[in-house]
Amino acid sequence: MAEITFLEAIREGISEEMERDPSVFCLGEDIGAFGGAFKVTEGLQARFGEQRVIDTPIAEAGIIGAAAGAAHYGMRPVVEMQFIDFISCGYDMLTNYVATARYRAFLPCPIVVRGPSGGYVRGGPFHSQNPEAAFLHTPGLKIAYPATAEDAKGMIKAAIRDDDPVLFFEHKYLYRRIKGTMPAGDHIVPLGKARLAREGKHLSIVTYAATVWKALEAAEQLEREDGLSVEVLDLRSLLPMDDAAIVATVKKTNRVLVVHEDTVTGGIAGEITARINELCFEWLDAPVRRVAAHDVPLPYAPPLEDFVLPQTSDIVRASRWLAAY
Amino acid sequence: MAVPSTTPPTANRSGLTPDQLLELYRWMRLTRTLEERLVALYRQTKVVGGLFRSLGQEACAVGSAFALERRDVLSPLIRNLGSMLVKGAEPLEILRQYMAKGDSPTRGRELNIHFGDVVDRNFVGQISHLGDMVPVMAGVTLTFRMRGEDRVGLVYVGDGATSTGAFHEGINFAAVQRCPLVVVVENNGYAYSTPTCKQTAAGQFVDKAIGYGIPGVRADGNDVLEVYRVTREAVERARGGGGVTLLELLTYRRKGHAEHDNQSYVAPGEIEHWAQHNDPIDRYAARLTTEFGFDVATLVRIDDDVRRVVDAATEVAENSPPCDGPDALIGVYANPPAMPALWYRDGVGPAVAAHERPASWGTHDG
Repeated sequence: MAEITFLEAIREGISEEMERDPSVFCLGEDIGAFGGAFKVTEGLQARFGEQRVIDTPIAEAGIIGAAAGAAHYGMRPVVEMQFIDFISCGYDMLTNYVATARYRAFLPCPIVVRGPSGGYVRGGPFHSQNPEAAFLHTPGLKIAYPATAEDAKGMIKAAIRDDDPVLFFEHKYLYRRIKGTMPAGDHIVPLGKARLAREGKHLSIVTYAATVWKALEAAEQLEREDGLSVEVLDLRSLLPMDDAAIVATVKKTNRVLVVHEDTVTGGIAGEITARINELCFEWLDAPVRRVAAHDVPLPYAPPLEDFVLPQTSDIVRASRWLAAY
Repeated sequence: MAVPSTTPPTANRSGLTPDQLLELYRWMRLTRTLEERLVALYRQTKVVGGLFRSLGQEACAVGSAFALERRDVLSPLIRNLGSMLVKGAEPLEILRQYMAKGDSPTRGRELNIHFGDVVDRNFVGQISHLGDMVPVMAGVTLTFRMRGEDRVGLVYVGDGATSTGAFHEGINFAAVQRCPLVVVVENNGYAYSTPTCKQTAAGQFVDKAIGYGIPGVRADGNDVLEVYRVTREAVERARGGGGVTLLELLTYRRKGHAEHDNQSYVAPGEIEHWAQHNDPIDRYAARLTTEFGFDVATLVRIDDDVRRVVDAATEVAENSPPCDGPDALIGVYANPPAMPALWYRDGVGPAVAAHERPASWGTHDG
């Protein structure tokens, strides 16, 4: 089978689910005839009609709320945030209404809220965000953040079929840079399961999304230049988080670097560190360290953005520190 | 006068049968009697948390909900106990809910009348964030339109909620999509302590309809038949594919935001004026006995029956079991079905508990 891009993999996943299940429909800004700002939904309206690929007003709270209402009555809406930065406009609806619906009122709420996230693209403060940590703290939501095209397809399909609300973050740096060959048949990647992206024995890098690729780059360099064997764990799902996979890699290498693109303070690395501390403290030969973005709004100019975001060279430097500890 | 209750009342333009006319009275009386019982329980500290009244607004709730069919969906707010009763909520459920009982509709997860039933009776559990139910009901009714189902939705907001972004986003989206939705602005004069003059510069809330390109209707919210009539028209418009209608129902909140609120911000005599001259139940009872020819005894029988119903429900609710603490962990997600108890509640984590250590402690090289 031919390779397709990360972006095409998501479109293929949504399309297959719409084909399979008439209750699946899409809504979002400019997603219809235009196909969305990044063209993820291109061709879907022509194929499934205006009823199932709905162009909406600019109203993130409104369309997330509408998706919830539709889901209560048997639908499986897939909501696009034009940029994931705008999910903050729907924060109340997601955290107060959607996330609590099942618990407080036994309301089914199987919605997917998806959209392009992440930096390294000179998008500036409002087209580059990684808002996962803001939602990790909300019981009732699930969060997926894939790094490979195969996972992007398998996980968007799993997210649409999931009976709980899922936030599905699509790193826009990966949209057209990463390609993959889709497994034949009904390809589902379950939520909540990490993926071992590279096996190693000296230290582990726990990460997700675009920094998986930077970690892999760093691992190759460390092997080449230092003879270090670095394991890379791609979490794929952040909520629920695959504790067993994290514990397994800690027990194997005893040294852990947690890497993410989001800012460091209050970021998910802190949560991962706490879990390692609680679940397998005695296997550690070194403190858990973090490589993440500096605590500033993400600036636009290339020298500034490159300075703020974690780079492969940062991961190499931090890994050397850990290996030498 | 002594007109037997079986005598057909005079014809009325509401199109309601004599039984239906009495039913409206019964729902309003049940709302008030049930709330009065809740006040008694509140003073006995048997109600957990706050108590919210709809005194003086019963006609808005009952008259509008009465215009819906069972298959239609209603999204109540805190002053719409009457609407929920009309839609099939039981006094026992309300009492258990207010007393945080283990067999209450939300099993103690939510307060007061925040609960719903989207399977049979079709009302959606509200949240406290005002305006949020408007987008949700836009989605519910969008679904009906998409599936070609003959069902409409009705969502209530107060005068205060019209100021929220969610109200605007929801009603605008529903209007654009021509969703079969009725949006009721129940204008009771106050949002907590804030009077409507500080809520909007618009002369009337119904004026907002123009901006959304939808019909707007303003009506006397303390006239239950008028409320029923305008809602019925809006419901029929929605059912016929005519999209969204904004209704503004004029009423007055005679109690505070909640039972603790002493209403110090209300002008002297204002509450008393509404109580004496514009009580929706008194007004309707007078019409039933004069205009429609029912005798007073019929209404008294309804009052007595309602009291018996509330008495019986109170007895059962008071004897309902409390919630079971660990049940709190169930049902956040469909999968997993329960969250784990934290380690200090459920025994420590296995590794730490066993003081498990790697074989080559401190120098482990993998």
